[in-house]
Amino acid sequence: MKWSRSCLQERYKDANMKQIVKRILGTIPVLIGVILLIFIMLRVVPGDAVTTLLGEHVNQETIDRLTKSMNLDKPMMEQFFTYLGGLLRGDMGQSYKYNRSVTSMILEAFPYTVQLAVMAAVFAWVMGMILGVIAAIRQNHLLDHLFMGLALFGVSMPIFMTSLLLQYFLAFKWRVLPLTSDGSIASMILPAIALGWNSAGSVARITRSSLLEAMQADYIDTAKAKGLMGGKVIVFHALKNSMLPVITMMALQLSSMLSGAVITESIFAIPGIGRLATSAISNRDMPVLQGTVIFTTVIVIAGNLLADVLYSVLDPRIRKGA
Amino acid sequence: MTFHKKKEIIESLEKGGIAAKKAENTQELLSQVGEKDGILEKLARMCRQNKLAAISALVILLIILASVFAPVIAPYGEAEQDVINRLQAPSLIHPFGTDELGRDVFSRILYGSRVSLVIGILPSVLALVIGIILGLLAGYLGGKTDVIIMRIADIMLSIPSLLLAMVIMYTLGSSTINLFLALSMINWASVARVVRSQTLSLKESEYVEAARSIGVSKWKIMMRHILPNCIPSLIVLFTLEVPSSILSESSLSFLGIGVQPPAASWGLMVNQAKQFLFTQPWLCLAPCISIMVVVLAFNFLGDGLRDVLDPYMKNG
Repeated sequence: MKWSRSCLQERYKDANMKQIVKRILGTIPVLIGVILLIFIMLRVVPGDAVTTLLGEHVNQETIDRLTKSMNLDKPMMEQFFTYLGGLLRGDMGQSYKYNRSVTSMILEAFPYTVQLAVMAAVFAWVMGMILGVIAAIRQNHLLDHLFMGLALFGVSMPIFMTSLLLQYFLAFKWRVLPLTSDGSIASMILPAIALGWNSAGSVARITRSSLLEAMQADYIDTAKAKGLMGGKVIVFHALKNSMLPVITMMALQLSSMLSGAVITESIFAIPGIGRLATSAISNRDMPVLQGTVIFTTVIVIAGNLLADVLYSVLDPRIRKGA
Repeated sequence: MTFHKKKEIIESLEKGGIAAKKAENTQELLSQVGEKDGILEKLARMCRQNKLAAISALVILLIILASVFAPVIAPYGEAEQDVINRLQAPSLIHPFGTDELGRDVFSRILYGSRVSLVIGILPSVLALVIGIILGLLAGYLGGKTDVIIMRIADIMLSIPSLLLAMVIMYTLGSSTINLFLALSMINWASVARVVRSQTLSLKESEYVEAARSIGVSKWKIMMRHILPNCIPSLIVLFTLEVPSSILSESSLSFLGIGVQPPAASWGLMVNQAKQFLFTQPWLCLAPCISIMVVVLAFNFLGDGLRDVLDPYMKNG
């Protein structure tokens, strides 16, 4: 049988699909493990939830009644499967403090965090790419050292430092942008810059190094030999191939972005997921904390999965391997 | 934060283990690397070649000395109050000004460095020990042990570290000791992954096989023959764990769920100073810059160490 080109491609695609499916199925045990781990961790707390909820001076009867209605008298494993069953139906339990459904609280807060994260990612991407490309073009010149130094500072700055500096200068001194969030796009710019700052640093570093690597490839010489000018070579050939690590890195950074969002949201008073988690700790509101952490982790896992899939779809070189 | 950078480096360290597998025996591995220097010689070379890393090492040493001798150096006590002279701007008497209770910020930074450094270094050491033991067991014994340990590590790694720390702090309650435990529990997983991948490749090497054939016990093989070869990667990992622990500590303390007052830690100082951000900005700035300097120094040192210790990695 003659191997036609399309036949080979078909086989390639099949192997690729199989791997993606395998990867997706592989995350299910991790997901259940995460839920179990958080579930157990939050339940070994000294002093049980009922007394936290009711305060100290209540009679035994009330405590028993509430314990029963919250299913706390059942064995841990049964509680876990009840919770897991609830999760599948989108039910994350009731908040102790507000007596509201945790799911609805999270869904209310989530759009704010998404907006923040998306704006931060856009900032990080644009800023990082520009700095990285300029640094790569001017390799070992003053601008390169300057930008890479800046990127290293970006990576090493604690996120609250960036936030407070931005607040002080842009919102207080120069009064360019609002100090805290009021829901408008303009008020989200500062938090987004603060959150994207770290990522911008690493996007710049990765763009620079992968662009430099791509510039050494033979096809760049070919393009130059064909008479393309420097700028065009970079934009059409080198940058295209250096995008891949940047894309996957951005997806992998989802985890640190959502961690960082906890701090940015607390500083800029954004009612997102991070704020929900911090206030759940101070209110000792276990179901809310549990819900937010599980929800965030699921998103991170999904993001990593997406990064893997994207990588294997975008880069033909690793479709077979891994 | 350095989390993402850390992730990349951990991945490449793991790949380093795979590259080592290709070298048939140690001799070949050594000739591949092209050097037989000990770690000390490599460190000396790093200091000669990489001025930034050398300076960073010096800065870290100075900060450690300053925190050890804080009671001697600090002009005022940690909690010495002088309410009349509260919220003063930096001056010759108070180099970084005074806070809302008239405490000298410079002295508090010095005392705070003790908490921040201890929380940066000790949990990293503990995480390293746990990670080494579990990584060796997973890599060397394989089978079910491997699956169970690595699954747990995967689970730990997939939860955003700050949120995981928050869950642990919720359960244990906010205090310095609990913070220490929480940070150790977060960091072991990445160590275990690196150690495991290197163990996997080293256990196939000829000298380990030779040791096995003359009846050396499993434990001794792991400790005497495999672990020493992981040390370069572990040193690099350690220089990454420390700044990320310091950043986590300061983030948690900043959120008010880490170190509790009246103890001074840099993150907590920022937390208390942020209400005076617009009137006395230097109060925020001093601890922030301290954190940044330490993190930056450890990052530079880590970069330098990676260049000399990890032959499979090019500086990206």
